[in-house]
This record gives sequence, structure tokens and C-alpha cells, in this order.
Amino acid sequence: MEKMPAWADVVLIPLISLILAAAISALVILFIGESPAEALNLMVTGALGSTYGWGYTLYYATNFIFTGLAVTVAFHARLFNIGGEGQAMIGGLGVAVACLYVPWPHWSLALVAACISGAVFGAAWAAIPAWLQAKRGSHIVITTIMFNFIAAAVLNYLLVNVMRPTGSMDPATERFAETIHLPTLHELLAPFSIAFSKAPPANVSFLVAILACVAVWALIWRTRLGYEIRAFGHTETGAVYAGISPVKIIVVTMLISGGLAGLMGINNVMGEAERLVLNATEGAGFIGIAVALMGRGHPAGVFLSAILFGFLYQGGAELALWTSIPRELIVVIQALVILFTGALDNMVRMPLQQVFAALRRKEST
Amino acid sequence: MDLASILQILESTIRLSTPLLLACLAGLFSERAGIFDIGLEGKMLAAAFFSAAVASMTGSVWLGLLAGIAASLVLSGLHGLASITFRGDQLISGVAINFLAAGMTVLIAQDWFRQGGRTPSLPSDARFNPITLPFADRVADVPVLGPVYSDLMSGNSILVYVAFLAVPATWWVLYRTRFGLRLRAVGENPAAVDTAGVSVVALRYAAVGICGVLCGIAGAYLATSLQAGFVKDMTAGRGYIALAALIFAKWRPWYALWSCLLFGVLQAVALRYQNIDLGSLVIPVQFMDALPYILTVVILAGFVGKAIPPRAGGQPYVKER
Repeated sequence: MEKMPAWADVVLIPLISLILAAAISALVILFIGESPAEALNLMVTGALGSTYGWGYTLYYATNFIFTGLAVTVAFHARLFNIGGEGQAMIGGLGVAVACLYVPWPHWSLALVAACISGAVFGAAWAAIPAWLQAKRGSHIVITTIMFNFIAAAVLNYLLVNVMRPTGSMDPATERFAETIHLPTLHELLAPFSIAFSKAPPANVSFLVAILACVAVWALIWRTRLGYEIRAFGHTETGAVYAGISPVKIIVVTMLISGGLAGLMGINNVMGEAERLVLNATEGAGFIGIAVALMGRGHPAGVFLSAILFGFLYQGGAELALWTSIPRELIVVIQALVILFTGALDNMVRMPLQQVFAALRRKEST
Repeated sequence: MDLASILQILESTIRLSTPLLLACLAGLFSERAGIFDIGLEGKMLAAAFFSAAVASMTGSVWLGLLAGIAASLVLSGLHGLASITFRGDQLISGVAINFLAAGMTVLIAQDWFRQGGRTPSLPSDARFNPITLPFADRVADVPVLGPVYSDLMSGNSILVYVAFLAVPATWWVLYRTRFGLRLRAVGENPAAVDTAGVSVVALRYAAVGICGVLCGIAGAYLATSLQAGFVKDMTAGRGYIALAALIFAKWRPWYALWSCLLFGVLQAVALRYQNIDLGSLVIPVQFMDALPYILTVVILAGFVGKAIPPRAGGQPYVKER
């Protein structure tokens, strides 16, 4: 099959997939007796029409940037890390440990410690599946799924039996100290006399997420390790011939991937809840899959699609509030995006390739 | 522990193993034909909803079962389209199907019944009810064997018997029929099957279709027999446990029976005893919940026998030109 221009692969295919997903979602909304145009209007005003909406959109987007980057890095080594959810859960545990047991004098120190701790915990949770894949050939998709469930059980046990303050019925840790409260966007923007809504939980973690995007870009395209990861993902035998060790690449890539997923804890645990609760990740690890597929392997793409999913999340919450459309609509949209950008990629790609081939033939004659 | 409580645990083991077994055999057909399926969960969930919804609207549990199977088959078709026809990533397709089912069931349930994403509770005549095997009442007084026959073997819903009969049936189809031989071959070496003039695509669609039917029965069992109606996310990870059982069974039907019974026992024990007190050591309930997944990882690691998946599993087949 003839190749398409690069811009078509990067822009056109995700765009068509998105339009297909949106069209089917619109049909679903019609089917349950609501107006798709009105729903879209509500979502846009609810998620982007005020700094309140933007605050929530960016808060969700921050989560999705971390998990989306986690899946993206693994994709570059042709590993499908479906365990972002579990890694983010355990990363949240790492963040909570760093915040609870050390009396930090200032939030900035606590943030650095929480980043390290969350990333280390997340990476550790990815380490066993990674080692098993590298050394024993155990399929990483299955082991990371299993580790999601094991993570949920571990967290459940710790919150109910170990970390719950005495006398509390709620399976959650106690609140973190007031001194390590992360500044929200409201507090960050106030010195510049920008009035940003006080209520939403978007916080300084958003900036860390942007930094993470840059770091991942530099890692993948500007370092030797990134080159080795891409080479391994492209052709394993070729990479081995070039002296790249598969065991090293698999383990290191998964550690980075798990670490990125674990970093999510600084946003949802430290930034929003300010304590560790059950099910704090709320499926963000799985949304990372959709975000990574939309993002086409590039951190800039991940950033944009994370904002898109943040918008869908906040917009979906508004829809559930004002109409009879339940929040689960976003789960459907997420499924459709994964379906069209991931599994049915060829369905979108094949006709496009034919169109471009026909155009080229026309040009040459 | 006395006989009565052992019997109670075994009874609940049978009930809890049934959906696992059906889903596990479903996965077995699909994966033996070279199509990985992590969408078992989603197919069961869709079937659970549509079987409960149709049973509740028509009052006929058999129509409900058919609707459940149909819903599961639609998702199977989607999986086939993505992974066979368009040669997409089978794992990503499975993930998408799970989310699609999780979202759509609640959306439609809310639209049809307006009860917060659930169906109304099914009355007894719109459910699969326990069947009493012949002589069950008369032999109940015989020591040990009596209660085993009358409580354990008798008094289950018809779908339980279907599930357990599906094991020898699966074995027979896979190992004693021409279709089964070809199905296994297409999961190991599709090019050889193609060379022999047999359609790889048709075989794989057939396998995915059988998978859909079995998942449909599993979902219908959950919503119309084990429980009386559909609630949001009611499969609760059973599709993944079934997947774990399938790996634990190394993709073989009889082993699938034993591994599903084992995971069923674990669920039954976790359900009955919260924390198990062994004197000096207390096993927390969360450990019991996580045990199927831990066991699967151990098996996958190859420390206790090696689990070798079908060789062509997960790879789309591209016909040579």
C-alpha cells in the first residue's frame, strides 16, 4: 500500500476517528431523546465557558496527561501498558506516604518529595510485570490487568486496616497538613490579577504535567535511551542486532511508564482530595489508553487529547446535572475513540490511502 | 467446620463458578482460534443488561436469554470486524468493547427504566428458577450422599447444567470434530489452514461467534438467575477472572472446569467469611479477592508449569498474494 503524507497520519486520521466517534455519540443522544446540539452547547459552556469550567477541565486533563504519557512511552517500545490504573493507584499511595509521614515546612519541598515517591511507587508496581515480560515472556497486557486488581485489593486493605485513622469509619487516610496544600490555579494566577474561579481543584500539578510532556519528548527523540526504545519498538530483531538489550529496554520503559502513571497522584491525591481515598483514580488510568491513541505517540498530541478528554469529563458532568443524559456517556465516547483510533484504525486508514494513491496517480499523469 | 457449612460453601461455589466457566469456555474458543479476547467482561455485561431488560418487559426469561445472546453477539461481531476484517489490535478492541458495554448499558437502562441505570427487579416467573432433579427429595435423608445430591447437584437453574455440560461439549468439539481440529490449527498456524483451502476468516468468525453465544449465556445467568435484575457494572471483573482461569487452565476445557471451580471456591469463601482467622495469622478478605489474579500472574510467570498461549494468538492473518 502506498504511503500517505505525514500530516494525514498525524492530523487527518485522528480527526476522522474523532468525527466518527462524535457522530455515533450524537446518534446515542438522539436515541435517548435529547438534542445533540443542545448537549454539545451545554458541554462547551459547562466545561469551557467559565474559569470554573476550565478549572475542572484542566484538573481532569492533568490526570489524563500523566496516564496518557505513561501509555505513550510504553507504546514506543511496542508494549501495551494497560496497568496505568493500578500504577496510578499505587503512585497515589506513594504520594500519600510522602505527605503523611514527613512534616514538610513548605509545599514546594513536599511536592518534590511527593513526585519522587509517587513515581517510585508507580514504577515499582510496573516493575514485576516488566520483569516477567522481559525474562519469562509473560504477556504484559494480562499481567498488568491482573496487577490493576491486585493494586485495588492492596489499597483497600491498607486503607481499611492500616492507614485509616482510629475512630474513623471512612476507608481513607487523614487529611494532609495544611502547610503542604498545593496552590490552585486561583492562587497561582491571583498575583497576576487574573480572576480564576476558586472552586475547581486544578492546581500547580498542571504545570508539572506540562513539564512531564516536555521531558517525555526529550527522552524519546533527544536521548540515546529514547532512540533505543523506538528502535526496539520498530523492529525487535534489528534492535538486538544493533546491540540493544531487550530485557533492559522492556524493564526501563515500563519503569518510566509506571513512574509517569504514579505521578498522577500529585494531582488527584495531593492536589484535590488532600488525603488518600478508595478509588481515587476513577478510571483515569484507562482513559490514558484513549488519550495515548488519540495523541499519536507524541507528547504534544497527548497534551491536546488530554485537554479534549478533560473537556469531555467536565462537560459530561454538566450534562448529567442538567439533562437526563447520565455521566456514562463519556465512557461511551471514550470507548468509541479507542475503537476508531485503535482497533478500527485500518477502517479509517485504508480508504484514505486509496484516496491519496488516486490523487498521486492523477498528478503523475 | 461441619458438613452443613461445607455444603453451603460448595453450593455457592457452583453458583459463582457458572458465569466464570461459561465466559472461560467462551474465551477458550476465541483464543484457540487465535483471537485474543479481553472483552469477555463487556460482552457479559451487555448480555446481563439485555437479558434482564427483555425478561422484565416481556415476562419471558427465555426471550431475555435470546436478547442477551444477541447483544453479546453484536459485540462479538464488532470484535471480529476490528480484529479479523480490519486486522486491528485485538487487545485494544477488547478494551473498547468493555468500555462500550459499561457505558451503553447504563445509558440505555436509564433511558428505558429511569431507575438510576438498573432494571426493575425481576419477578420469580421472569427468572431461571432452580430445577429439582428426580428423587432429590426422597434421597435427602441418606447421610452425606443424600444432601450432596439433593442440595448440591439438584436445585440449580438450567443454565448451571448448561455450563457444566458445555465442558465435555467443548472438549468434544475441539478434539473430536473436523471443525475443532481446524479451529485449533487456525490459532497455531493460520497459513497452513489457508493452504489447505479452508477459510481462515470464516473459521475465526465462527470461533468469535461461539464466544459471543457463551458470553451471552453467562451474562443472562448473572442477571436472571444469580441475581434478579441488572445493576450497573454487575459483572464486577468476572470477565477478567474468567480470562485468568483460561490462562490457569492453559487453554484446555477440562482444566478450565477445575480452574473455574477453584476461583469459584475462592469467591464463595471470601463471600462467607470476611477475614479468615487462622489463630496466629489473619488472612484479610482483600487477599482472597486478589488471589485469582495473583495465581494467574504466578502461572504466567511459568514457575508452576508453563502456560503457552496459542501460537498465532493476537496476530492478524494477512493472506499472501
